[in-house]
Amino acid sequence: MDFFHTIFSVMYQFGDAFAFLVISCAGLAVIFGMMGIINLAHGEFIMCGAYVTSAAGRAGLPLPLAILCGALAAAIVGIVVERLVIRHLYQRPLDSIIATWGISLIATQGVLILLGPTMAGVGTPLGSMALGERSYSIYRLVLFATSIGLLGSLYLLFYRTRFGVISRATIQKPAMARALGVDTRRVYGLTFGLGAGLAGLAGGLYAPTMTMVPTMGATFIVESFVTVVVGGADIFVGAAPAAAVLAIIRASLTAWYGHLFGQIGLLVAVIVVIRVMPGGLSGFLKRFQR
Amino acid sequence: MTLTPHGMRFAALFVGAAISGMPALAQEGPIRIGVLEDQSGDFAAATAVKVHAIELATKEINDAGGIAGRPIELVIYDTQSDNRRYQEFMRRVLQQDEVDVVFAGFSSASREAYRPIANQFDGLVFYNNQYEGGVCDDNMIVTGAVPEQQFSTLIPWMMEEFGPNVYTLAADYNFGQISAEWVRQIVAENGGTMVGEEFIPLGVSQFSQTIQNIQESDADFVVTLLVGSAQASYYEQAASADVGLPMASSVNVGQGYEHKRFNPPSLANMFVTTNYIEEIDTPASNDFVERFRAMFPDEPYINQEAANSYIAVNLYKQMVERAGTTDHDAIRAVLGEGDVCFDGPSGNVCLDPQSQHMSHTIYLAKVGDDHSITFPRVWENIEPYWLGDAGCDLTKNDPSAQYTPSNPPPAQ
Repeated sequence: MDFFHTIFSVMYQFGDAFAFLVISCAGLAVIFGMMGIINLAHGEFIMCGAYVTSAAGRAGLPLPLAILCGALAAAIVGIVVERLVIRHLYQRPLDSIIATWGISLIATQGVLILLGPTMAGVGTPLGSMALGERSYSIYRLVLFATSIGLLGSLYLLFYRTRFGVISRATIQKPAMARALGVDTRRVYGLTFGLGAGLAGLAGGLYAPTMTMVPTMGATFIVESFVTVVVGGADIFVGAAPAAAVLAIIRASLTAWYGHLFGQIGLLVAVIVVIRVMPGGLSGFLKRFQR
Repeated sequence: MTLTPHGMRFAALFVGAAISGMPALAQEGPIRIGVLEDQSGDFAAATAVKVHAIELATKEINDAGGIAGRPIELVIYDTQSDNRRYQEFMRRVLQQDEVDVVFAGFSSASREAYRPIANQFDGLVFYNNQYEGGVCDDNMIVTGAVPEQQFSTLIPWMMEEFGPNVYTLAADYNFGQISAEWVRQIVAENGGTMVGEEFIPLGVSQFSQTIQNIQESDADFVVTLLVGSAQASYYEQAASADVGLPMASSVNVGQGYEHKRFNPPSLANMFVTTNYIEEIDTPASNDFVERFRAMFPDEPYINQEAANSYIAVNLYKQMVERAGTTDHDAIRAVLGEGDVCFDGPSGNVCLDPQSQHMSHTIYLAKVGDDHSITFPRVWENIEPYWLGDAGCDLTKNDPSAQYTPSNPPPAQ
């Protein structure tokens, strides 16, 4: 029985790390992985989702609805940002770094000035369950299930719906898509909005477990970029296996040597992967597909 | 144009008179206090109130006529929770603005970043924060509480209440590491056992592995020395995983008022030793809170650093009036007399001449299930004895160093 408890606790730590990586990188995988925009404001979309979720939750909405509100708010902000700023920077990656960094600064300082240095959050729902001598937060198990569900729904969206096919086509071969009558600007706007909405979803999902400060996006940024870079351009062939591998590295190093080595392990993994597989995991795996 | 010999003598006389007349003129101007505090960034929730406390003290002193008839002028810079800003503004405030005294710093990293600059320009700096102790530097006057005041009271009390097995969770920088050293020493002195120690890098916000480690250990209580908003996520996560252990801290509640910011019952069963929080129910404390809220009605919380900053302004006033000048050596001579005391929000506090630290009345605050505060124990008038006992004597020499239990002052 004790063996089962140990296995469960190991799987729980892995699932927790995996969920964090997948949920926080999903939005960036769409915007950076698919569209090629280096979005340094990713953390701020997360913060937007978290703040709206907390506000909605405190106003009385049930938590799932509040999280959807947070994701929607971030998506709308994303569409607006795309129309105003990103639209002009598609062929200029270095400029998109500066522009999105500027947006990030404006967002964090603006929220700090308007809403103060901290905001009351909602508590973590669902309580805990005991197994052996340890107890686990049920909500974190829900987060793991949500991350799997998220990957599944994104797959369905991009591979089984019309929007998904058009979106992938537009991003891979915009000239051809335009020749076939697709309004590429609208597709870009919607895809960017989807990426921002996914970031908002990450913020909303993690809002009950964290302190709400304007700079809270910073705690997601490193992990998101690491996962997307290791994963490569494709979310499913890249980011998901990357998240799994990185979760194993991080969970085991944190368990054996502590948080510092968990973080070091993540960053060393990125360095190794970039050196050995410049196209990320998806670039490497796709070579076998042909 | 050239001057005749007669003209030259006259000019020299005039210039000499002007120069000798200038110090007298300078004494009549306002006394300038530099304020370097984090009003934005990661630490702002706990430190923006310090600026308000200094402003309150300044207003009260100026309304009563100022310091020896001279009004106080504040030169305030927002250091944005960034150590480089501390260095930049400390240089500016000492070299360019030429203030008479500086009130600076929250995190120990920021203090150690600006201390060499204060040494270089021979500034006088008040550090009004609780910290890990050990700074023996005559450019610093520390009004914050130190481990022998906070841990030597808290840890033995916790061990007697809950048991001898202790788990420490500390932020991974100088404050966390040195405080953990103190905890280790006090636990050993009282016959307890450290069943675990974890140092968390600043910015980590996911604690599932840590929570599991704590549950697997035999800990009777957890000493939490977590700093910053990311690390503060621990309490919510520990509550939702039902860790259920009492927590002991020298930094929470008294600084970042987590009991007001987080939802109950995540901070339930936390015990904090602090020299002041606004819940203290004494006439002096209630009067202070009333005056504070009259000037700043929207103040979220009045913490120990606010009280220390307020007390520090008043101590500075006393020392300048007794010395008759803002000259730093004269002020240190007054400090050296050993009876610079002030009756403030937390009771009577005095500055210790050997270490230039402050004595404190320490209140043990317990956070209830609904995050209300009770005070199971009060320790009156605890001196900051460790530095003096260990060999730091600023009345005799100035090593300008920071000492820890494992790195005490060299034997004289």
